[in-house]
Amino acid sequence: MDTTVTTGEEENVWGGGNRPLGASYGKLMMWFFLVSDALTFSGFLAAYGFSRFKFMETWPIADEVFTHVPFFHGIYPMYYVAFMTFVLIMSSVTMVLAVDAGHKMKKNAVIWYMFATIIGGAIFVGSQAWEWATFINGDYGALETKGGRILQFVKADTGERASLADFATTIPGDRVDHERKNGVWYYDEGARTTFSLNEVAEGFKANSNILIRTEVLNEEGHKTLLTRPESLEKLKSATMVVEGANLIQNEYGSRLFADFFFFITGFHGFHVLTGVFINLIIFFNVVIGTYEKRGHYEMVEKVGLYWHFVDLVWVFVFTFFYLV
Amino acid sequence: MAHEHKLEIFRGLLKFKSNVSKIWGVLIFLSLITIVEVAFGIIKPAALTGTYFLGMKLLNWIFIVLTLVKAYYIAWDFMHLRDEKSSLRRAIVWTPIFLVIYLVFILLVEADYIHNIYKDGFVAWNF
Repeated sequence: MDTTVTTGEEENVWGGGNRPLGASYGKLMMWFFLVSDALTFSGFLAAYGFSRFKFMETWPIADEVFTHVPFFHGIYPMYYVAFMTFVLIMSSVTMVLAVDAGHKMKKNAVIWYMFATIIGGAIFVGSQAWEWATFINGDYGALETKGGRILQFVKADTGERASLADFATTIPGDRVDHERKNGVWYYDEGARTTFSLNEVAEGFKANSNILIRTEVLNEEGHKTLLTRPESLEKLKSATMVVEGANLIQNEYGSRLFADFFFFITGFHGFHVLTGVFINLIIFFNVVIGTYEKRGHYEMVEKVGLYWHFVDLVWVFVFTFFYLV
Repeated sequence: MAHEHKLEIFRGLLKFKSNVSKIWGVLIFLSLITIVEVAFGIIKPAALTGTYFLGMKLLNWIFIVLTLVKAYYIAWDFMHLRDEKSSLRRAIVWTPIFLVIYLVFILLVEADYIHNIYKDGFVAWNF
């Protein structure tokens, strides 16, 4: 890889073959891309910060949103994301080990380390898909007010969150889901919520143990709990039932939270996915011996840079979305 | 292609015999930081959430600093910036840092202003 100056004159800077930064063309271009990509992610995270500062007193608490772990029931905030973080760091480590083995021209070691990296990436993307599905399906359900704010429910005696099914009554004779087969002029209704607003309101009035929790954070950083009379008063401003989250509604609180969640983790997840595919291509190239013939494993190093970058971005997403 | 690896971290406090053992060392360090972060995130010590520094909770400052430490070791040891020429390293690191600080400063100041308008002004939004 060491290029020699062919012009014969050592002073001739522009003669070609000069590498002032000591890095090959491919590696430099990868760094160019990574720096610009880092700025894109920074733009997203800064926009997230903007919205969060704007709604400082009503922003959802991440600990209360991401509380699930696959195969376990109960409330375990943060553990699963911590696991995902660890998986990604671990796959970063196997990637560096692959690069290191590449420098020593150990083909089999590169193959196994690349393989482990790909598995790690796949676990991460799968976890993220699960995280999305849980977030979209929702947890307890909530009401949305005229102003687009969210009202959540809490059991007065235990202080635990109450899901709509805990107290909503079933009023017979309500509308059923309209399906496409029943008429084409109205088929874009979308999914209806499990309970109608009326059913939730009646159930709330009948059950004196349920209180409303608003989005506003109090001095201690908890959501404000209304008293029973305040709750009954607040219930009047509700306009619809919200279950789960999408780009338009979000039962966890501010809609922007869901938007940024989908946008930022989605963009990152897309990077991981493409990273897995690129790693796969390089993996097969290693297997068929392309780099052995080429005499160096610099391609592994280049995709390695991309892979570590994805890890780097996740470290920031983890902090600003889940911790802070 | 000759590959010289600098095998010290923590400014020479910790020296490794080979590049592979350095990688594992960095992994242990990064895992420790993550464990500390998660522990803080779950416990949320009242002493740290109640204290404010420059308008932000002390706990959040700790998280941000730990994140930057993690980012440093990922970039320096996993992405081999430690072994690159200082000119390349500086070009890669300082360009985004400058731009990001600039952008974050502008956006957060602006957001705080809007927050105050919502709070003190006559704009109804929480109904």
